[in-house]
Order: sequence, then structure tokens, then C-alpha cells
Amino acid sequence: MSLKASALKVGDTHSERVVENLSRTQLVQYAGASGDYNPLHTDEVYTTQVAGYPTVFAHGMLSMGLTAKMLTNFVGDGRLTKYGVRFTNQVWPGDSLDAKATVVALRQENGQHYADIEVSTTNQDGKEVITGSATARIDP
Amino acid sequence: MTKITFPVEASHIMMFARALGETNPVYLDAEAAKEAETGGIVAPPTFVQAVAQFDPDYHLRPKPGQKWFGSAKGPSGIDGKPPSSGGLHAEQHYEYHRHPRPGDVLTAEIKQGKTWEKESKRAGKLTFTERITEFRDQKGELVVTARSVGVKTERPVDAG
Repeated sequence: MSLKASALKVGDTHSERVVENLSRTQLVQYAGASGDYNPLHTDEVYTTQVAGYPTVFAHGMLSMGLTAKMLTNFVGDGRLTKYGVRFTNQVWPGDSLDAKATVVALRQENGQHYADIEVSTTNQDGKEVITGSATARIDP
Repeated sequence: MTKITFPVEASHIMMFARALGETNPVYLDAEAAKEAETGGIVAPPTFVQAVAQFDPDYHLRPKPGQKWFGSAKGPSGIDGKPPSSGGLHAEQHYEYHRHPRPGDVLTAEIKQGKTWEKESKRAGKLTFTERITEFRDQKGELVVTARSVGVKTERPVDAG
């Protein structure tokens, strides 16, 4: 699947629920795969008693990866040329996240079509956890 | 300036994709991925972060013979550790020249960027540090450029 400039307009959106009721086990899974074993994400005892947080919370990079799932489903595989985010709020076990892409520009560079996309991910309370942008190569 | 060798493997991509709840065969199934536009398995957009696995000095992995700051018999394996020791991730940006594939052997070269400070109501004084990592392939060609901004907080971030 890939996007076509001819079928796309500025303001078009795509959104997906990228995780439902985030489990602590998924945080363990992400720690193991990514190699980031910061106890803040998997060690309830350390996180509550030493670090002073109410519970463990998600790696920012897990939220970014979950958001990327929505993006690649939208623009197609291997099509991103840029993807960047700011982590604006923490993501906690039990959260459900909705990731949304909005097309903000369609342009051509050396004959190649690109879509510039604004990215926003919010939790079940409507609080933004990720804000960012992406660019994808698209078909004519 | 640190250089890390990062062999990209299909099983690692599979584990990483599973951790994201991915069902896309382009990350999980070599046969199905052949039929995709990419012509084979590619790494998901945030996969290069897993270079941490190949960094011998990565500070967020327990190492044999060294004390680990997570809990064991007590709430921390290290006494007197400040509460927000690890630091948090503030921003992450990637520029893709192409997407890594199994069989690539990437070399990551890490350069320190800028450092700056900011006051915040939710966490006190914030110290931001930027790091730029260039991932080059076996031919020396640039594959991904990553820019990461980390933040150390004076106190834990208020959830509010």
C-alpha cells in the first residue's frame, strides 16, 4: 500500500488505536527487544520507592514505536524519510493510545512527491503524549 | 566519539516488532515480506534505537560484576542513588536515507550535541542534552541519522 499525491489532499487524516490497556508485560517485552532496561519501566519497587513515581511507565521510545505503527500503516512500508517526536506526557500501564496523522503539505522535490505529516498521539483522557512530524515518499 | 557495530538480524526485528504489537508481515514474515513493496523484511522506523544492545558500555543494562541500581533485596542495588538518576527522553528525530534490512551491518557513530537548561513547574530545573547518531552501512553509506534529546529533571515529573 502506498499513498498517491493525486488522491491525497492537505487536511486528510488517518488515525488508529495503537495500544489498548497497555500492560506492564509489554513494557518488559519492549525493554528486552530494545535493550533499554531502565528500572523506571519495569521495576515497580525501584520506581515507587526510590524514584518516587506512582508506578512504572512506558519508554518514550515505546510510545514513538506504537505511533510509528499507525504511520507506516498510513504511508506504506519503507516510505518514511523523516520522523521526529517530542514526548509531552508519560504513558502509564492501563493507558490506551490513539495515534493520528494529518497531511499538512504535499510537495515535489527533484520529481519525487512527498507528504509532510503532523503526528499526534493522545491517551484515553485526551491528553497528548506525543507530538511530532513525519515526511513520506508518495506516488504521483 | 564512540563507534558501535550493529548487525541487523531478522529475529531481532521480529522481537522488536512484537514488542510494538505489530502484525505487519513486512517485519515478521520473510516469505510474505518478499511480496511487499520493500521486497523483503525491513526494520520498523524506531528499530535503530536497539543499537543499545550492541553498546558495550550502555548504562541501562545490568552488567556482570557491577552493582545495578534497580531493586533486588532492597529497593535499589546502589545506596544513596538520587531519585531521578536515569534521566528521561524528551525528543527523538530520525532521518531515513533508506530503511535497514536483515544482513546489514551498521556502524553507529555517536556525537554529543548541545546542552541547555530550562525551568519547569512540573519537575524543577531541566537539563537537556542532545546526541546525534549516524548509522552507516557496510559500504559506508548513511542509512539513518538519529537526533536524541535527553532531559535530567531536578525531581520526579508531576503526573498532572
